[in-house]
Amino acid sequence: MIGQALRNREAELSVFRRRVAFAVVVTLILFLILAGRFVYLQVVKREHYHTLAEANRISVAPVVPTRGIITDRNGVVLAANYSAYTLEVTPGKIPNLERALDELGPIVDLQPRDRRRLKRLMEESKNFESLPVKNRLTEIEVARFSAHRYRFPGFEIRARLFRQYPHGEIASHAIGYIGRINDADLKRIETAEQSVNYKGTDHIGKLGIEGSYEHELHGRTGSEQVEIDSGGRAIRSLARTEPISGNNLTLTLDIKLQKVAEEAFTGRRGALVALDPNTGEILALVSMPGFDPNLFVDGIDPVNWDLLNNSPAKPLNNRALRGQYPPGSTIKPFMALLALDSGKRTPEFTISDPGHWMLAGVQRPFRDWKPGGHGMVNLQRSVVVSCDTYYYGLANDLGIDSIHRFMLHFGFGARTGIDIDGEMPGLQPSQDWKMKRFKQKWYAGDTISVGIGQGYWLTTPLQLATATAILANGGKPVVPHLLRDVQDVRSGAKRPHEPKTREPLLIKPEHMALVRAAMVDVTKPGGTAAGAAAGATYSFGGKTGTAQVVGMKQGEKYDEKKVKEEHRDHALFIAYAPAEQPKIALALLVENGGHGGAAAAPIAREVFDYYLTGKLPAPRKPVVSDGPSD
Amino acid sequence: MVRLINSAFNMLSRRLDGPLSIVIIVLVALGLVVIYSASGGSSFDRAVGQFRNFAVAVTAMWIVANVAPQTLLRLAVPIYVAGLVLLIGVALFGDIRNGARRWLNLGFTSIQPSEIMKIGMPMILAWYFHRKEEGLRVADYAIAALLLALPTGLIMRQPDLGTSILIFASGFFVIFLVGLSWKIIISLSVAFLAFLPFAWGLLHDYQRARIMTLLDPATDPLGAGYHIIQSTIAIGSGGVFGKGWLNGTQSQLDFIPERSTDFILAVFGEEFGLVGNLLLLSLYLVVIGRGLMIALNAPNTFSRLLAGAITLTFMTYAFVNMGMVAGILPVVGVPLPLISYGGTSMLSMLIGFGILMSISTHKQLVAS
Repeated sequence: MIGQALRNREAELSVFRRRVAFAVVVTLILFLILAGRFVYLQVVKREHYHTLAEANRISVAPVVPTRGIITDRNGVVLAANYSAYTLEVTPGKIPNLERALDELGPIVDLQPRDRRRLKRLMEESKNFESLPVKNRLTEIEVARFSAHRYRFPGFEIRARLFRQYPHGEIASHAIGYIGRINDADLKRIETAEQSVNYKGTDHIGKLGIEGSYEHELHGRTGSEQVEIDSGGRAIRSLARTEPISGNNLTLTLDIKLQKVAEEAFTGRRGALVALDPNTGEILALVSMPGFDPNLFVDGIDPVNWDLLNNSPAKPLNNRALRGQYPPGSTIKPFMALLALDSGKRTPEFTISDPGHWMLAGVQRPFRDWKPGGHGMVNLQRSVVVSCDTYYYGLANDLGIDSIHRFMLHFGFGARTGIDIDGEMPGLQPSQDWKMKRFKQKWYAGDTISVGIGQGYWLTTPLQLATATAILANGGKPVVPHLLRDVQDVRSGAKRPHEPKTREPLLIKPEHMALVRAAMVDVTKPGGTAAGAAAGATYSFGGKTGTAQVVGMKQGEKYDEKKVKEEHRDHALFIAYAPAEQPKIALALLVENGGHGGAAAAPIAREVFDYYLTGKLPAPRKPVVSDGPSD
Repeated sequence: MVRLINSAFNMLSRRLDGPLSIVIIVLVALGLVVIYSASGGSSFDRAVGQFRNFAVAVTAMWIVANVAPQTLLRLAVPIYVAGLVLLIGVALFGDIRNGARRWLNLGFTSIQPSEIMKIGMPMILAWYFHRKEEGLRVADYAIAALLLALPTGLIMRQPDLGTSILIFASGFFVIFLVGLSWKIIISLSVAFLAFLPFAWGLLHDYQRARIMTLLDPATDPLGAGYHIIQSTIAIGSGGVFGKGWLNGTQSQLDFIPERSTDFILAVFGEEFGLVGNLLLLSLYLVVIGRGLMIALNAPNTFSRLLAGAITLTFMTYAFVNMGMVAGILPVVGVPLPLISYGGTSMLSMLIGFGILMSISTHKQLVAS
């Protein structure tokens, strides 16, 4: 019995031992599998997982550079940055945005305007973009939101730099504005291979200096490597490449002069370009009415946009660069110069003006603006009294192609090359042009109206100003420009803007002197601008113009009052001062303003007064349009 | 004086197994170091808490180690029955926490009766086979299977897949060690495999998801697969020598869920690398080796089976946890023995070691 039990015990023990041995083998195998797995993960695939771990924890965030500041020639700030808190939302993170916005109501003062703008922005952008809900939060709003932040996932408060244009509407067309980057901008950025540099940037220069000098103003985007946790929260900064701020721009504009000029336009539509005739520096670039560029910075809301975009006064249109108008009598000095230069007229050549001019084979006479005519008119007098009859004959003698070739030298019919975008070329007609454009022969009659700046001839105010500057400086072609210098933010060094140069005109100085003398006489008693020049402490040369408005582009609907106003002539004036050593040359146009001498010349006078003597114009009085005209 | 201290030390350590004690202390110390790192390296709260857990568990271990195996034999049935009753109580009246009914509120404290079964299961089966020393018939195995299946089924229903597997394993090891014939083992395994498709239908959605996720973690990278992806990244990026203590980016930056409990190996592996992992495996092998030696030297069937089963269960814990964190086993809630933060698992683990030590130090007295 005991032996049996012992044998059983022995048998049981040996079974147990064998099972333990088996368990040991299994354990070793299992642990070897684990060891193998660890070797696989930590040795074989280590690089792979290392990369994953780094990607897991490191997020590279762009650091947006500070945009360059824009100042006028005297250092007055025209576009600056200021820091403010903005409430932003990533719509893609929020299931019901409308409700979230409703709930935000008591915390942040949301105007219907803010909501409309957000809606518009959402239509234009992708779901994962962070969009501003409300800009410029007050301290109280920031505090209140911070306390309730947990309720609003997807919303975030950010400190942002905003662009500000302290002078509002003044010089808005020259300075332009920045706005949110849209699809078209994105494509342009991609084409320029600037995509990386624009990471994190959500505004871009759209117009004017802001648009054309975007490459100087933007700066170089920096980056920051931040360690993040699994929730995407930044824990600490690992490395940082500082952004390089955009360069500061000094413009050639004199903002005070600009203001004087814009105020002189009060209530009227038009454009004025004033430049330094010796350098082509633009001192004032006016297009009236203007707009407040600050509206565009945060994304313009639909109401204001409609107001600006659908206004019949077209405030968004930069008339100085894009408005193409018949130059009218303002081209008479240039025609006179051509007359002398071509030898078709001598200074002594005199006509007896009956008040009209007949073209052989044409029944209808070409009428002078003054019924009955100006009597005996030589070249000097033709400019001073603006005799149309004199130029009808002259144009006929010159022929269109001769006019065309000569006027190209003064920059007519081609873009001036100003350093902001959007300029229109105007039109300097020729036989070739008409054939190409209308498949029609040029008629002699076409040349006659071109002789007084009508017909097919179209100029922009900028072209006219540039041509005037060339007259004023004695024949040196200048390229008008707005940029004076670029200040490198890092070194502080200023790099002057080098405008393009052109070949000087080969015009005899005595011819030039003759025409300029006639232009000075325009401002003297008996001249068409005598009224505007009365009492000036300096002498200046000028030429009035009155352009007939042919063919209306706007106002298709018939509205008697409106059409009447729009059919009224444009008033033009070109001038330079002082007459002896010109420091400023300008061209200006008042749309439907009537006669150049009455409506346009006084504006030039105010500009000259301020620029040359520092005298500010007297308080505004109602516009009167009488006195000697054209 | 010295003699007094010596004799006091002898009194205290008389029932403790030297090699086991040393390895346990090393492992728990290692655990404290990793828990400190896993809690951000700035707060001692968790590490201190774990040390307190350890102190409690060590006391329990010492008490159990001083209980003679014969007493344990007599306690087997009461413990098992108590555990079973409590499990039924959980099924009927248990508190639901995190979607599972695992806790029983006794009025003064909440307990997880499945923890009792971790000890109760191998004890009851060892007790049962100890009584049937004369030779085992199929009916005996059937009864053993019933003893095994009841608690396992109850725990699986809670649901607590991880614990039910471990408790099943602890009981199965007893049956295996006692000599269940290979034929039966193999045919049961085949039957089990055949049953698997049906078992799939019985599983809860999250359990299925975990198994699916194991097969391809990328299918659900932000959901169930997240645990596995992040823990393999952590371990893999640790490389051979690790990123250094407190320097695990995955661990420190909150990418690893449950990083001081079930997924603590990810932190350990990231910061101490392959070297650390192999050291850990070796330490576990020492524990297992020592446990199996105790089992081989045990004086009677009960002690032998119990010691063997406890040791192999410990091995299973270690393997399942490491396999899960390393991405070769599904995610089941199993802590890394002696390392993971947690009082309950530490307590049941050390009570198990207390039994091993009791068996190891009492064998001379019952040798005949």
